[in-house]
Amino acid sequence: MTENKKQNQSKGVKRRKFLKYTGAGLGLMLGGIWLARNPLRRAMLEMGETTILPYQGDTNPLLWLEVRPDSSIVLHSSKVEMGQGTFTGLAQLAAEELEIPMERIRVQHATTQSGNIDGMSTGGSMSIAALWTPLRELAATMRVMLMAKAAEKLSLPPDQVTLKNGVFAAGGKSLTFGEVVEGVTDWDIPKAPPLKPRASFRHIGHPIRRVDLREKVTGAPIFGMDATYSDMLYASVLRPTHIDAEITNVDTGEAEQMPGVVQVVREADFVAVVAESQVEADNARLKIKFDHQPNRNWNLEDVLKAVTVGNGKKTVFQKEGKAVEDISGEGEIIEMEFRSPIGAHAQIEPNGAVASYQDGRVEVKISTQVPKITRAEVAKALGIDQKDVNIIPTYLGGGFGRRLHTPHAVEAALLSKAVGRPVKSFFDRIQEFQNDTFRPPSHHIMKAKLSPEGKVLGLEHQFASGDTFFNSALDPGISATVLRADFGSVRGGALIYDALPHRSTYYHVDLPFATSFWRSLGLLANAFAIESFMDELALKTNQNPVSFRLDSISDENPYGVRAKKVIEACAERAGYRDTVLNGRAMGFAACIDGGSPCAQVAEVSIEDDKIKVHKVTAAFDCGIAVNPDLVKAQVEGCICMGISASMFEKMDLKDNKLSPVIYGAYDMALMKDSPKEIDVILLEGVDYPGPVGEPPLGPIGPAIGNAVRRLTGKRLTELPLDLNQKNTADPA
Amino acid sequence: MKINFTINGINKSVEADGDSPLLWVIRDGLDLKGTKFGCGKAACGACTIHVDGKQVRSCSFPVKYAEGKQITTIEGLSGSESDLHPVQQAWMEEVVPQCGYCQPGFMMATAALLAEIPNPTDEDIDNNIINVCRCATYYRMRKAIHRAAELHANAIAQQ
Ligand code: FES
Ligand code: FES
Repeated sequence: MTENKKQNQSKGVKRRKFLKYTGAGLGLMLGGIWLARNPLRRAMLEMGETTILPYQGDTNPLLWLEVRPDSSIVLHSSKVEMGQGTFTGLAQLAAEELEIPMERIRVQHATTQSGNIDGMSTGGSMSIAALWTPLRELAATMRVMLMAKAAEKLSLPPDQVTLKNGVFAAGGKSLTFGEVVEGVTDWDIPKAPPLKPRASFRHIGHPIRRVDLREKVTGAPIFGMDATYSDMLYASVLRPTHIDAEITNVDTGEAEQMPGVVQVVREADFVAVVAESQVEADNARLKIKFDHQPNRNWNLEDVLKAVTVGNGKKTVFQKEGKAVEDISGEGEIIEMEFRSPIGAHAQIEPNGAVASYQDGRVEVKISTQVPKITRAEVAKALGIDQKDVNIIPTYLGGGFGRRLHTPHAVEAALLSKAVGRPVKSFFDRIQEFQNDTFRPPSHHIMKAKLSPEGKVLGLEHQFASGDTFFNSALDPGISATVLRADFGSVRGGALIYDALPHRSTYYHVDLPFATSFWRSLGLLANAFAIESFMDELALKTNQNPVSFRLDSISDENPYGVRAKKVIEACAERAGYRDTVLNGRAMGFAACIDGGSPCAQVAEVSIEDDKIKVHKVTAAFDCGIAVNPDLVKAQVEGCICMGISASMFEKMDLKDNKLSPVIYGAYDMALMKDSPKEIDVILLEGVDYPGPVGEPPLGPIGPAIGNAVRRLTGKRLTELPLDLNQKNTADPA
Repeated sequence: MKINFTINGINKSVEADGDSPLLWVIRDGLDLKGTKFGCGKAACGACTIHVDGKQVRSCSFPVKYAEGKQITTIEGLSGSESDLHPVQQAWMEEVVPQCGYCQPGFMMATAALLAEIPNPTDEDIDNNIINVCRCATYYRMRKAIHRAAELHANAIAQQ
């Protein structure tokens, strides 16, 4: 229905191309800098820390905004909702310029067939930041278009028409949005008018309730896992149980005999059982016999050995100081090592897709962060045109970067074609853990030279890690050559303490299993190493960790200036003290990620030989908070997820088998581990919105570690933080 | 085999292999999608429902044991479309959900907790609410559970 209506509406568009926001694309950008790669490489990597990739998509308002006969507006979002609150933020931006009350706007995912396709992905905490101006301009343009139609219908000049609270009025008469669009098939798309000034915002900056709240509280069937077609079959795909191994000698004989099995399908790249029910499909798939031929034997030790500073491709990406060893003069060199583990996404909705193939066309309902890439993959695999593939994004039961590549859409589509009926194909939980695209493990060496008077003469961060962006679906394929350093893994790795001579070096290591985007990418590990070390330096030089940080950031860099404000605000709000009181200590840490600085204080005690986090205070500057309540929700979520990742989670590897493969065994923070108090204050250092959903993941781990150091005298140097870990540094 | 039970107040009779998990009968057989699959091994709580008022992880509950039982899922937690259950109301007030996928399981677990301990302490919450939320909405959930206890008490007082 909606789809038809939309098509009708767009049919009358005077086909003017409105593509001013359509950037050249990452591939071209990287290709462009290839020629001047050496001088630009560092600039590019540092830029990756702070810039927002621009919106790449269509700017025809009719593709985004649909006026319904009842005067409600449907916003067809090319960005997906995975919990981050994007739908609500986008609705606020659009409602603001459309001059309508929030209740009048609904948001749904744009299908690829609608033509509203995002050129990139939903990720990097960039949706609101990237659409801040484009979407308001789209809505403002739509408003002008509606004004013109209203004027026509009222037979008055447009400048006499007013729009207030969702109603057009002129000459004593009024028209609703529905009345204005009735019968209209032909639209003139004018240039975007000037945007509303900040002072007149009625929705932006207000804690509007999530637009998806009621559906999520009543258990509505909104997720990919809930999607169905009538007459649908269920598939279970055989997936690798071991890394770096080929599956061989597949014997499906017994599986074929299992109850409910409709067909065992062998495609070039996979084998799957298709059955009448999920249980029957899974049970039969478990009866498939197969061997795996490992290319070589892998254990965790091998991976840790590979991921060690000195191994892999080296890139110096911050060079504002010498290597610490080369700093002349007397002094002492302090050196510490840190490690972070392999991390799993563990999003609760497993990956999967529901596909329906018919007569050379296919429709796929799926939780994905990359509808455009998924469409291209499905078209290629089926050998059909992209216009004959419709990707229908659903709400995501968690994204966290796990759905920045969703090739299982291909599996479902091929299976539907093979059996001639719609097919639903999902991972089970074990497959989900065994086939994750993990957060790569990392190794860090932090070094500083101290003068005999205890002044820091230079600071150095060297680290090694695996792919994050490289080899991902978003990688145009040449970035490894152009950049050498993977800017996903490097995220958060640059030192923000630019008042000190500083230098950062990255070693890119190839790993025998898939690693990729995990919420905040390299930040979690890098902030842990850097902020733990800064804390240790403050202790070593008898300085307050807050003032030491403030003194170490210059006033030359605008992000640094904002970071200082955040650091001060956080310390003040928390009543930061560098002493243990009643068995509780405070730990301080800060970071700048994607241009948004965040500082946190964790209040920690040791209970029954375990670390207990009681309270976390956070100060965060993400620029304009389009929805302050949802920004706070993101900060709270990042803190609790960060506690989980930095205190509990780790994957093991034995004889090419990754484990654990189930919740519980993969230890995660639960209700009991989450702080009872989280106090978030928001600062606004710039007059536009910056990234929100990832930066607050940086400081929490080191803040806890820094508190533990004060309680026990022990410096924990490995994630997950564990009081009994062997590799601690015990500085005198 | 044929299994008879009441779900959200409606009598149902289903034909299923008695050993198949109740979860899939609810989701695919009865098309009630609010009860989620997360792990299938009783390890995450996404599939939490009530069987005779007690919380049960339906992914690991063979359907044959549902014979003659009263089952409630998130769709039947509130008596009617318009009135939300106090737990759902509290969830709305505190704006708990992020991705939302785990939330029905948490709300069902909370409703069962409140039926047993109408005014839970933080410790009661820590000990009884042991589902997994990857978006880690625990901070707001705790607030919402306390708020739901209040709403629940008010509702009882009014009756
Ligand atoms: S799906 Fe039942 S506990 Fe996870
Ligand atoms: S709200 Fe996303 S898993 Fe809980």
